[in-house]
Amino acid sequence: MRFGILVFPGSWSHQDFRHVLADVMGFEAEEVWHKATGVTGFDCLILPGGFAHGDYLRAGAIARFSPVMPAVVRFAERGGLVLGSCNGFQILCEAGLLPGALLRNASLQYRCQGVHLRVESTATPFTAGLAPGQILRMPISHGEGRYHADRETLARLNGEGRIIFRYCAPDGALSPDANPNGSLEHIAGVCNARGNVLGLMPHPERAAESLLGSEDGRLLFEELLARALG
Amino acid sequence: MWQAQVVITLKQGILDPQGDTVRSALTSLGFDGLADCRVGKVILLRLTESDRAKAAAQVEEMCRRLLANPVIEDFRFDLEERP
Repeated sequence: MRFGILVFPGSWSHQDFRHVLADVMGFEAEEVWHKATGVTGFDCLILPGGFAHGDYLRAGAIARFSPVMPAVVRFAERGGLVLGSCNGFQILCEAGLLPGALLRNASLQYRCQGVHLRVESTATPFTAGLAPGQILRMPISHGEGRYHADRETLARLNGEGRIIFRYCAPDGALSPDANPNGSLEHIAGVCNARGNVLGLMPHPERAAESLLGSEDGRLLFEELLARALG
Repeated sequence: MWQAQVVITLKQGILDPQGDTVRSALTSLGFDGLADCRVGKVILLRLTESDRAKAAAQVEEMCRRLLANPVIEDFRFDLEERP
């Protein structure tokens, strides 16, 4: 299984993803500069966190027009796996590969902290090995992570089981204190209709080794590893 | 030449914490009767196009494709002729 990790000017999580996927988990992983016009030879693309193109105008708004993006859209339309974390999630929303948008945190503060996530759906290859209701712990680090979608879109996402993660308290409760950015319905991650494109604000790559306090981030890739070895 | 002033604001109904913070600051300064405050952004564009209708069509297209995100934002713009 071969991962392509997109690198935009201003990305900051690409090396962490490469380290976790290749050094920690043993996948093949290669960085792909945003000016590449093709993404052949990969099974999964990662859009990492950071501030692509300075996040000027809106987070992800410029990155969405990077030369590599048409190839990313075709890759996703063919069923290729795509995971966007933090800024990568914002880019996927701007590109229309995921519904909704990420707004300035309700607190107006940049939030860099650990959060708990409740697994709401196992209908993506990234969560297929997890249990509904399972609690994961990983960090967030963002100023614009308040998920928003209009009422019809929210109803569709709920109805189709496409809300993958919600911010929660350690016991899984959706208390207001456990929502770090004011996201609608505590939404931390959503997928597309086909389930092959997943976006989440938290950083799984920063929670993949015991040294860093949590290994839960690896769980998003364990099922893929099992299949690859299977 | 035309200069376009594009104003982009969050759609009505979407929480604007920055606007709320500015409103409470204005209220604390004694400006009563402030029902709402929304903070947006202004983008100034100078276009070489001489025809007004064509310039307006260009700006409209720019707003739709890049400058505003239709999921969360509304936009409007004025055109002013410049030498």
